[in-house]
Amino acid sequence: MKLPAPNALVGGTLIGTLGIVAAVSALWTPYDPLRLSFRAKLAAPSAMHWLGTDEFGRDVLSRLMAGAATSVWISLLTVALAVSLGTVIGLFSGYVRGWVDRTIMAFNDALLAFPGILLALGLLAVVGANKYGIILALGIAYAPSVARIVRGTVLSLREREFISASRVMGNSEGFTMARHILPNCIAPLTVLATSMFGWVLLAESSLSFLGLGVPPPAPTWGNMLAGSRPYIGQAVWLGIFPGLCISLTLLGINLLGDALRDKLDPRMRGAR
Amino acid sequence: MTSTKPLLEVDGLTLRIGASGRTVVNDVSFSVSPGEIVGIVGESGSGKTLAARAVMGFIPPAVRLISGSIRFDGEEVTTMAPKRLRATRGAKVGMVFQEPMTSLNPSMLIGRQLEEGLALHRKLDAAGRRELILDMLRRVGIRDPEGAFNAYPHQYSGGMRQRIMLASVMLLKPALLLADEPTTALDAVVQRDVMELMVDLTKENGTAVLLISHDLGMVARYCSRIVVMCQGDVVEQGRSEDILARPQHSYTRKLLAAMPHREPARELPDTATPLVSVDGLVVDYGGRQGFFRKEQGKRALHGISLSVKPGEVVSVVGGSGSGKTTLGHAIAGLLKPSGGEIRFNGKPIDKSDAAFWDYRLNCQMVFQDPYSSLDPRMTIGELVGEPLRLVKGMGTAEKKARLQEVLGEVGLGDGFAERYPHELSGGQRQRVAIARAIIRRPSFVIADEPVSALDVTVRAQVLELFAELQKKHGFSCLFISHDLGVVEQVSDRVVVMQDGRIVEEGTRDQIFDAPRHDYTRKLLSAVPGLESTQDGGVRLFWRLADAGGATAIANA
Repeated sequence: MKLPAPNALVGGTLIGTLGIVAAVSALWTPYDPLRLSFRAKLAAPSAMHWLGTDEFGRDVLSRLMAGAATSVWISLLTVALAVSLGTVIGLFSGYVRGWVDRTIMAFNDALLAFPGILLALGLLAVVGANKYGIILALGIAYAPSVARIVRGTVLSLREREFISASRVMGNSEGFTMARHILPNCIAPLTVLATSMFGWVLLAESSLSFLGLGVPPPAPTWGNMLAGSRPYIGQAVWLGIFPGLCISLTLLGINLLGDALRDKLDPRMRGAR
Repeated sequence: MTSTKPLLEVDGLTLRIGASGRTVVNDVSFSVSPGEIVGIVGESGSGKTLAARAVMGFIPPAVRLISGSIRFDGEEVTTMAPKRLRATRGAKVGMVFQEPMTSLNPSMLIGRQLEEGLALHRKLDAAGRRELILDMLRRVGIRDPEGAFNAYPHQYSGGMRQRIMLASVMLLKPALLLADEPTTALDAVVQRDVMELMVDLTKENGTAVLLISHDLGMVARYCSRIVVMCQGDVVEQGRSEDILARPQHSYTRKLLAAMPHREPARELPDTATPLVSVDGLVVDYGGRQGFFRKEQGKRALHGISLSVKPGEVVSVVGGSGSGKTTLGHAIAGLLKPSGGEIRFNGKPIDKSDAAFWDYRLNCQMVFQDPYSSLDPRMTIGELVGEPLRLVKGMGTAEKKARLQEVLGEVGLGDGFAERYPHELSGGQRQRVAIARAIIRRPSFVIADEPVSALDVTVRAQVLELFAELQKKHGFSCLFISHDLGVVEQVSDRVVVMQDGRIVEEGTRDQIFDAPRHDYTRKLLSAVPGLESTQDGGVRLFWRLADAGGATAIANA
């Protein structure tokens, strides 16, 4: 059997591990991630607490495992929401063109002009800070950039002769869209979605950091990182391990995204 | 002329691609005497461009010089110091490239661009330079040289830009002009004007020309000697007449055989009702619309009427901007005409859904660019089989059998169905496009410049295939092309278009042997006619050599 490409191998291992950890955390963690223990607060990594404990004596490893499930779940759903929302808007806008397109895009560009996190903050104020509020707010905040990219791709694809060929064949506009335009948007979309996964993971961390994320005591990587700030001098592991988790996840997602794009695009096959 | 010392001597030149070690130019030798015009002919991948560019040290970084010497004016170029090389380029050797759209800097005034070379290589003051430039612009046929001096390149057409490019090169009166497919991007009439201008200008200044082209006819017309290249090797070189009349190498023969030729006119059954008829077709392109402005639209077709009988091949010819492609798209139903009527089997197609659907299933199209007309994410089997989706009452097994049959017909048998377009060559892709167009067994096929993107020998094969399929299935065809040679080979009837109007219409023999309209005569004078000789060679002749010429320059 042929060995998978190195980027798929490394990315897959990282993300696979993450998935397993997230799944396992639902059933078992070394300690209860919420159990306070004032005798063992700010304990350094040891045989008992592999990654140490935080200011309330909660086990960092257990909290990271539980946090993985929350953070990854939020990021996944947010990316899915942003990509589907943006794709629908972009496809529609690029396909109808005319004044409808111009109006939608003017609105879209106005949204793009805001930093995503600012927009999400505003939306969070409306929908309320909880897990699904975050997903909704971030999903809407990141949809405009997807819409832009999809619309651009649709516009350039429309001019290609294979779209004319499909119309000459007698295919309906809807079929042409689904069969010829959408699949050709997938390559730019995968690239965007993977990097977006990273942005969202960071944005969720930032929101938690600002105190607008998933409310404590439930652990997410973001609020763990945020909570570590006052103790950075005495308990450096509190910041390092959540940060490391975020970085490794980003690395894994990006590598996997690259591999996925190569796999999905027939032109890339065998190019290596 | 051959007794004098050659101006350029290339000896045993071998170039290799660094990483893969593939030899792209293999032991190539040729020479150019002062004032002589030499042509290098070959198809893509023959190494002709690399060989010529190596003369001035213009080779891509990945390509390495393995061996050989290049002597220009007695000096070895391959070992020349970069500074000396720069002084020689421009001052003694000029280059004209294929793409007039990109060879001039779009953000620089034409006057400034022309001045650049002069300032670098000649000692002249600003007024003297200006004088020289204006003279040269006038010489190359720019009507308002003062205006051109302060204009940007985008304000000129492709042909005009190529003249300006030529002017900028010839200003320095180089000893050698390298012309790499200088007219390939232009249409036939403009092509001839630019070539003629180039030959005149170089003759006046005693400049030698190394002309690189895939077009054997054009090279033979203007060059005294021809070098034929194939896959990095020089297969044959000699005087133009000898190469044409008595080709020695099989590849040269193949090239000659691939040049379009006329076959006796076909007898078509006389039927009263045309299959497709177009009556007074008008197409307007809407102007750009923004939030605050609305620009004036442009009329692309001014009431076109034509008809295609069952089994007939009707060609539409014309230069760029004549509206022939728009006509094809309108007839294919890709754009909505502003006026006029299209009838299929006597029924107007826009009056009822049933009539339109009948037309839709029976009218198919082959597009110009095989790189853009196939969805890159679909396999050949999926691409070719797609039109069958809309055929009612055809079983899966039957569809599969039809797919196999059609793939076989276009010569893409075993294993091609699983492959993707990017794995295929241009010719194979166009075969796929043809297969897709005929799989529903349509009665009418529109072919929009189907072979213009292909190499000479591949073009001949695809045309042959197309003619064969047309004969076998008897579909009618509207063949849109700017290439009169191809048109002469395939058509029963020819329609000549200019500026959105039909200027002449007739059977192929009428149009080619007794053209009446000036524009037709001009088109014809730009392409060679061919006569086969006994030795497997050909003799070229030029129709109406006097037509166009001077007037063409004034009108271009």
